Amino acid sequence: MIELQRKYPKEVERILAKYPPEFKQSAVMPLLYLAQREDGKVSRQAVADIAALIGISVTDVTSVLGFYTLFHEEGGRYFIQVCTDLPCALCGAETFLHQVCDALNIQPGETTPDGIFTVEEVKCIAACDKAPVFQVQGDGEITYHEHQTLESALKIFEELKVRVSVKAKTEKLTPKDVV
Amino acid sequence: MSEYILLRHRDLPGLNLLDIYRKNGGFKSFEKAVKTLEPAAVLGMIKDSGLRGRGGAGFPTGIKWSFLPDNLWPHYVVANADESEPGTFKDREILENNPYQFLEGLMLASYAVKAETSYIYLRGEFWQIATQIDTCIRELENAGLLGSNLFGTNYSLKIYTHVGAGAYICGEETALLESLEGKLGQPRLRPPFPAVYGLFGKPTVINNVETLTNIPLIIEKGPAWYRQFGTEKSPGVKIFCLSGRVNKPGNYELPLGTPFRHLIYELGGGIINGKKIKAIMTAGASSTIIPATEQALDTPMDYESVQNTLGAPLGSASVIILDETTNMASLVNKTVGFFKHESCGKCTPCREGTYWMNNLTRRILENHDPQQVDLLDSVAKQMQNKCLCALGEFSTMAVVSAIQHFEEDFVTDQRNLPSVPPRLEEQV
Ligand SMILES: Cc1cc2nc3c(=O)[nH]c(=O)nc-3n(C[C@H](O)[C@H](O)[C@H](O)COP(=O)(O)O)c2cc1C
Ligand code: SF4
Ligand code: FES
Repeated sequence: MIELQRKYPKEVERILAKYPPEFKQSAVMPLLYLAQREDGKVSRQAVADIAALIGISVTDVTSVLGFYTLFHEEGGRYFIQVCTDLPCALCGAETFLHQVCDALNIQPGETTPDGIFTVEEVKCIAACDKAPVFQVQGDGEITYHEHQTLESALKIFEELKVRVSVKAKTEKLTPKDVV
Repeated sequence: MSEYILLRHRDLPGLNLLDIYRKNGGFKSFEKAVKTLEPAAVLGMIKDSGLRGRGGAGFPTGIKWSFLPDNLWPHYVVANADESEPGTFKDREILENNPYQFLEGLMLASYAVKAETSYIYLRGEFWQIATQIDTCIRELENAGLLGSNLFGTNYSLKIYTHVGAGAYICGEETALLESLEGKLGQPRLRPPFPAVYGLFGKPTVINNVETLTNIPLIIEKGPAWYRQFGTEKSPGVKIFCLSGRVNKPGNYELPLGTPFRHLIYELGGGIINGKKIKAIMTAGASSTIIPATEQALDTPMDYESVQNTLGAPLGSASVIILDETTNMASLVNKTVGFFKHESCGKCTPCREGTYWMNNLTRRILENHDPQQVDLLDSVAKQMQNKCLCALGEFSTMAVVSAIQHFEEDFVTDQRNLPSVPPRLEEQV
């Protein structure tokens, strides 16, 4: 049995039901999101699973994976996506990005040594009137943080770190498959 | 009651809840249409209202719907909630706060073109909104407003969300369809147009979120009521997304034809730190740069006036304000960087052209090489009319217009600024 389907039977069923049976390929993006829900990255195994589930080649799945910026094959547990596009840049977003990177001691695009954060510089995320803004992508979610300062951002990073350590503890107690 | 037509949640708290939306007249239009109006009558009302697409091109919505052939089935409606043009954040406010009015609009559009399945394509960053919309859809199914044999008729309708994953090009309608089919988001060659060969190869209408949100009230109150607002050729209201160097950025719902000055100075509170306004962009990164002359400030913001008086398309009405501290070479470096990143790579003029324009703007800024300005201008002009989709064309607009109106900004030496290339906010 296909691993992804064994792990998330209901979700897979619900995703496939959205599209006409002869156009199962439409499910590739929702399935990639499902595959990266747990640790933020899509594994090779998941790519093969998705290809088998919807009857397209591994190459086709891989090219979709590579085309879209919100699918990841590597990087930290949380992606900190700071918008530095035009309207935000006019309101200080580039300085904000560099403050965040300095505080985490990395360059844009890099991951912190503990593997928790990857900071990415991203294009407009439809929050231009609330600059500086960033999103956090991780744990299968994407959340907006608007009107940010370095202080408010650092607080959010601290909360995420706590979340990681709490998760690590509970995962030790419960075997993965039960979740 | 609310003075708004689209942003009604600002006056009606809780409008994002189904029972409150219904208490305010919600879904009466849909029920009336399905029970008492022929699909052609709904289509006729939208045609008569003169509503034009709010996604950028301003194409008349009713006419678009009428292109679907009656001998090819099924028909689909796809709502474009990809909202990715830099400076645009109106659809997000609607989806978050007034989701049912958008959904009712989508349902009426589906009924008008006899589609029984519709999709909402949301940009990946709207993940949370997609979850909320899924909940709304379930509530509508439970309330008997979506599903089979609605109100005892033989009309049935299902709506599904589909979430993109970070690619501006997927806002372009044929790239969106490819993406919805599980392929790379790359535009299709046209013809055939989506009205004939769209989603899954079937006749398809694609409309922007804001366009659809207008529809319930037009059906409730009639086309003549809608035409009271706006101008003869651009009827109705529009959400203007105001951003950049202005004191009160945000969404402003205004009749089409409102002058720039009113938006920027009365509603937007003028320029940050009382600086002087320099230029206006009206279509995000895809804008033609408009020098902010007195004449420009007095120009009415409707599709014809902006195009005919200022030679710039109104586009998505994402009004980005640039002031005297903004250097146009840095600005163009930003817009070109955007398009280089977002070019899908399918056709050579756009893939290579955006790459080169990006290199040239960096050279101009980092090495202070004014001789590259002519080259930049010529690369942009060579791209025009040669690209497969409008993205390639869009990428040249700011370049050509900025060099035309503000060439001095490209020849001043910027290397003494705190960072190279200079950050936009540093060029005071
Ligand atoms: C590069 C590119 C990006 C676009 N992005 C969007 C978008 O984010 N949202 C949108 O509604 N339309 C976008 N459009 C316009 C769509 O192709 C299409 O015209 C529109 O969704 C039609 O809806 P309307 O008639 O209701 O405006 C884009 C077009 C191009 C060429
Ligand atoms: S113009 Fe650009 S975005 Fe459009 S098809 Fe060509 S390469 Fe892709
Ligand atoms: S430019 Fe940053 S959110 Fe739009």
